Amino acid sequence: MRTTQSIESIKCFHCGEDCDSNALHVEDKHFCCHGCKTVYGILNDHDLCNYYSLDANPGQTIRSTGVERKRFEYLNDPDVQKNLTDFKHGHTVSVTLFIPGIHCTSCVWLLENLQKINEGVLRGTVNFLKRTVNIVYDSSVTDLRSIVELLTTIGYEPNLKLEQLEERKTSGIQRSLWLKLGVAGFCFGNIMLFSFPEYLKMDQSGSSEMFRYFFSGLNIALALPVLLYSSIDYLKSAWAALSQKGINLDVPISIGIVALFSRSLYEILSGTGPGYLDSFTGFIFFLLIGKMVQKKTFDRLSFDRDYKSYLPISVIRVSDFGTEQSIPVNKLNIGDQIIIRNQELVPSDSVLQSEEAQIDYSFITGESEPVTIRKGEQIFAGAKIVGGHAHMLASKKVEHSYLTQLWENEAFKDTSKEDRVTSFADRISPHFTITVLSIAVLALVTWWQIDPSRAFNIFTAVLIIACPCALALSTPFTLGATVNILSLNGLYVKNTEVVEELSKANAFVFDKTGTLTESEKNSVRFAGDPLSAKELKIAASVFRKSIHPLSKNIFHSLGIRDLLDSDDYYEVPGKGAFAKFRETTICIGNRSFILDQAGLNDNEVPYPKSTGSVVHIVIQGEYKGYYELENRVRDGLAELLNSIDEGNEAYLLSGDNERDAAKLSQLFPHWKVMLFNQSPAQKLDFIEELKKDDKHVVMIGDGLNDAGALRASNFGIAISDDMSSFSPACDAIAESGSLNKLNKLVNFSRVSFRIIIISFMISLLYNLTGLGFAITGHLSPLVAAILMPLSSVSIMAFTNITTRLKAKNMGLRIWV
Amino acid sequence: MGVIFVLIAFSLLVALIFLGAFFWAVKSGQFDDPQTPSMRMLFDDETKTNKTNTNQS
Repeated sequence: MRTTQSIESIKCFHCGEDCDSNALHVEDKHFCCHGCKTVYGILNDHDLCNYYSLDANPGQTIRSTGVERKRFEYLNDPDVQKNLTDFKHGHTVSVTLFIPGIHCTSCVWLLENLQKINEGVLRGTVNFLKRTVNIVYDSSVTDLRSIVELLTTIGYEPNLKLEQLEERKTSGIQRSLWLKLGVAGFCFGNIMLFSFPEYLKMDQSGSSEMFRYFFSGLNIALALPVLLYSSIDYLKSAWAALSQKGINLDVPISIGIVALFSRSLYEILSGTGPGYLDSFTGFIFFLLIGKMVQKKTFDRLSFDRDYKSYLPISVIRVSDFGTEQSIPVNKLNIGDQIIIRNQELVPSDSVLQSEEAQIDYSFITGESEPVTIRKGEQIFAGAKIVGGHAHMLASKKVEHSYLTQLWENEAFKDTSKEDRVTSFADRISPHFTITVLSIAVLALVTWWQIDPSRAFNIFTAVLIIACPCALALSTPFTLGATVNILSLNGLYVKNTEVVEELSKANAFVFDKTGTLTESEKNSVRFAGDPLSAKELKIAASVFRKSIHPLSKNIFHSLGIRDLLDSDDYYEVPGKGAFAKFRETTICIGNRSFILDQAGLNDNEVPYPKSTGSVVHIVIQGEYKGYYELENRVRDGLAELLNSIDEGNEAYLLSGDNERDAAKLSQLFPHWKVMLFNQSPAQKLDFIEELKKDDKHVVMIGDGLNDAGALRASNFGIAISDDMSSFSPACDAIAESGSLNKLNKLVNFSRVSFRIIIISFMISLLYNLTGLGFAITGHLSPLVAAILMPLSSVSIMAFTNITTRLKAKNMGLRIWV
Repeated sequence: MGVIFVLIAFSLLVALIFLGAFFWAVKSGQFDDPQTPSMRMLFDDETKTNKTNTNQS
């Protein structure tokens, strides 16, 4: 007698979600809810229906809850405005807002045409990759609050979080790198052109001297900006390393730069030769291309979030006279009375003033079942209020709360996690540099005895040819391709440096909540007599109203959005709910609640043989059946765990209780350790312990409760169902669907390191060939000019092609 | 052969103009966002009622 409830699919014209039979109509268009219809109305009134022609059903679902206008009151606060605005000139104000909802061409179009709805908006510019919109408006006509309210009304609510109140970061790095690359490319091209006459020996006539001086002079003039502007970062970095008595890869590079330039200058000024300026500029040009590849990042993802990205930007404070006012949270003081509404986060540790409140601590502990807090009890920051609003007194400042204490831990203090990761290339540079220098000195000493006049030339030639150009390019190009392929397969890595950490992984720590089980797509099944359309509507209305997470999941699976208002409703948290819709009564909940409330006999309600959770439903005193939900383990997880088992260790570290322990150990019997009820600090300590045992730890987690562990691990992966949503500080963000490929991706990162080593060998081969020319005294500028670009280009081609081929062989996606 | 100096000076001048154009393009933010402009070009020009340009500032 099992039936699956399915709804015929009429798509909402605005958001594309399925509408039920009671969909709303405007002309021939269907809408799933009033919210969507309202947005269509606004856009239609302002001639913006082009929005719907660019992409089909581009809108965001507008939940029928509506926008509470008071919520954005804090945007009138001058301090908040000052922090949010980029610049202000007279009445012209520019503000950049992060809108996670931007997802298609229509979004871009609509957000850039806001001036048709709000006269005060002068211009909107969307950055699709960063999911931001820059809005320039006239503050004499409109204000920030009305713009944010307008955006929220049409379904593009900006994400305004506490962190935006603090610092504003500027990104000028990418631009200056482009400029340096441009200068190097320009000079390289021209110098190559001006060096041709010399190589071809085309001038045997009397005017040759004049030409030579002319071209050489031009070359020096063109090489100077490359030395002083384009290559300056390498010189600075090498200097910094040397002054700390260390050697990184920039040291041999800088030796090469200096040797190339000074030798060329000497040759040209003394008239003994044309110099190596083309090799020099080409060298810098290729290096900068490598740097560019390495710098490629994922703008819209943020990897360095802390608690500030979670907490809301404002809170409603009740003054002594009982008036409510929205204030920015960093102005919240101890002893302030605040109101937190349904689904809002508590910004600081507080004491409850209302009689009772339901608190969801899933952000902090991972435990998704709400707990009941009574008057006078403590509520920790980061808790979410579910069902109704709650009055409370702030007992600590935001930055001193329990949640924020986690960031006081050593793991966060140590901001140099990136610095601790010394790349493979940097580790071999000392050996490389010392070898090159000793060969050069050896050559100098040997030639001093044979022919002192040539000894110094040989010495510089060795330094020039040993310049690790190809060596410096292998890492960025291989890792650039690797990061690219990883992202195509759903793993977005913070930068290329951390790939090395991933490749060394031998211990995998999973957080259970959300990581191993799926939250949204719980498998909802109905068992019993199929409900009529009217009964379904009533059931959906009561599930919608109930605060229990199970109700939420059942409501979503029903897919009904046209809801009824109940005449009577009460809920016993954690047990069930009772509601009355005109003459119809409905009762949902667990077995004992149903028996108690609906007055049924014990034999009328079955004992379902289910491993998951069950919600019974009684309408008009008649037992209808039950909804069954299984907290399903993510797809492909068994496969992943079994593949990890070979030579690696798997740990389970959960903030949740033990209820799924049996299922998880059945799924994968080889857990090294399974721990439950772990606090964020315990998780962090556990990771630290593992690291002390010389394990390379990959931590896979999702919630804020994993933030410490993710940070402490060698490689922290945050799982996210929705890429634009917030995730804690980590080294990589993974799409939840790609989790089953994780082991393959780790193996791939190992392969890419082997490719780097092979390309190191190849570039060393080039260096050795060059050394052969140099030591025997045959390194002419022409040989250098051919050998250097040849080695660079062949390394670029080799690393890119092999990395992609290997990925293809491993069954990974290599094209978009 | 003296004309070579003129030609080279001229070619350098042209190349420098292009370098300047590149600088301008980078500085004006054209290299900051490689994605959105490719979507923006898909928008139709307004032909119906509203004739005001979308890019006035």
